[in-house]
Amino acid sequence: MSAMTMPVDAAASARRILLVYRHSPGLLASSLLVPVAMVGVFGYVFGSAMNVPGGGYREFLMPGLFALVALNAVMPAMVGGARDAGRGVTDRLRSMSVSRFGLLTGQALADLLVAAVVLAPTALVGLAAGWRIRHGLGPALGAFGLLLLFRFACGWVGTALGLAVGKEDTAGQLAVLTIPFSMLTSAFVPTGGMPGWLAAIAEWNPVSAVVEAARQLFGNPSAPGSAWPAQHPVAAALGWCALLLALAVPLAVRNFARAGR
Amino acid sequence: MSDPVIAVRGLGKTFGATRALDGLELDVPEGAVCGLLGPNGAGKTTLVRILATLVRPDRGEARVCGHEVGREAAAVRRAIGLAGQYAAVEEGITGRENLELLGRLHHLGAVKARARAAELLAEFGLEEAADRLVRGYSGGMRRRLDLAASLLTRPRVLFLDEPTTGLDPRSRREIWSAVRELATQGSTVLLTTQYLDEADRLADRITVLDRGRAVADDTPQRLKAAIGTLVEVTLPEDADLERACAVLAVLTGGAPAVDAGQRRVGAVSDPARPLALPRLVRELDAAGVVALDVALRTPSLDDVFLALTGAGAAEKTEAAA
Repeated sequence: MSAMTMPVDAAASARRILLVYRHSPGLLASSLLVPVAMVGVFGYVFGSAMNVPGGGYREFLMPGLFALVALNAVMPAMVGGARDAGRGVTDRLRSMSVSRFGLLTGQALADLLVAAVVLAPTALVGLAAGWRIRHGLGPALGAFGLLLLFRFACGWVGTALGLAVGKEDTAGQLAVLTIPFSMLTSAFVPTGGMPGWLAAIAEWNPVSAVVEAARQLFGNPSAPGSAWPAQHPVAAALGWCALLLALAVPLAVRNFARAGR
Repeated sequence: MSDPVIAVRGLGKTFGATRALDGLELDVPEGAVCGLLGPNGAGKTTLVRILATLVRPDRGEARVCGHEVGREAAAVRRAIGLAGQYAAVEEGITGRENLELLGRLHHLGAVKARARAAELLAEFGLEEAADRLVRGYSGGMRRRLDLAASLLTRPRVLFLDEPTTGLDPRSRREIWSAVRELATQGSTVLLTTQYLDEADRLADRITVLDRGRAVADDTPQRLKAAIGTLVEVTLPEDADLERACAVLAVLTGGAPAVDAGQRRVGAVSDPARPLALPRLVRELDAAGVVALDVALRTPSLDDVFLALTGAGAAEKTEAAA
């Protein structure tokens, strides 16, 4: 019965997320504000002292900011999952005859729509700041598709963690865990200047793989390191997404089924 | 009588070192409102969670509407409604949207979900607030919305886990009248509560849980009758306390409790030996005790509760002393 009701359950679950955004447009505005502010701070303030090989710094930076928008799926998904588990929403849903996978998939798909709505104006701001698509529409669409896939995977990771934590406050505090993933990357600076061990960490960071893949597909300047993911960014990014999904989806469904047990 | 709607046999559940349920037996007939009473940690919430298919028991068996909660969880889920200790509603959307979404998740379809949501909003006095965000609702409104959400499918069995904890008196009365209304419509309700007056008003059967076992299961009236009559004598002077104590000990066959500060002696009469007021007055008079106030009263559910759950009673005595 779960398999049959899955699309209905996913649609209702997605609707819930989208209704929350519709009632609180400020939520969307604030998630939009961060990347736009970063274009200003990193692109113009820090970027004024930055030199990257093969082009302007702002063009180097934009794929990095796109990837951070994708990574930002972790936090709301984690806090939302913990809130639902902590306040009995998960219990109520579990006491109903609904598809658990459907519910969680609906949430993740709704978040994807939110991400698309945030990415579009971010890209426009990037274009105004000098970012360009240089390898044509096909690869560019591929890049955006990859960014959304990464967002999707990050949302599942957040949901799995949030349901495991089960407390909204704790989940909020755990948000700092995403900082190393956003900072130890090639998003802001090339890894070439980092100490060798740090460069290795940065290059194996999934965020870096997505950033480098997007740079390659958009045709933006890049200074890939020597590690395998840096040399094969598209394959590495797809691999990371597949791995994260393979781990996070079953874990999220399992944590949902066990919440509060 | 038909089969019980809720049937629990030898149910056991252990969390780490804590034995939440320890061989619990319980039958709830169709249409009954069963109140589950017990001190914190007695296993009330664990029982509700097992019956609502949220937790698997370690031992024993639990059936709801004839379906075993583990193997036939899907069938159980279709028959039940659950309102837990929290208002399990989404704050970022309106009350109406909450009910409509849950209606869709109950697979009523969009049209029926909308109609049923409107019906419940009217029934629970939430029509005016229906299109406002739940974030702005009072605690009582949230709980009413939560209760409404548990009724979307008109479930045969409804589990209410402390439905009025933390509510103001007015909101409590609103929830109470809603529960009574449900009972008259024939739903079977299993209600856990810490408020004895709540159980007294709503339940037609009461099960008292203590340390994971049912220590009593009867109507509120019979539970009260079973612990006998409470006798209280208040004296004008300390000097008579001892004599009054002796009289009560003989009459009730128990050990009277003395509250020296209030100059009051209290005892519980043996239910098998009913005590009449004239006899009490005569015996006190014969012993030369002048009483300021002599009272016999029917025990409250509080008294039942304290008499049945020893640990709680000891705590209460300590607190009083």
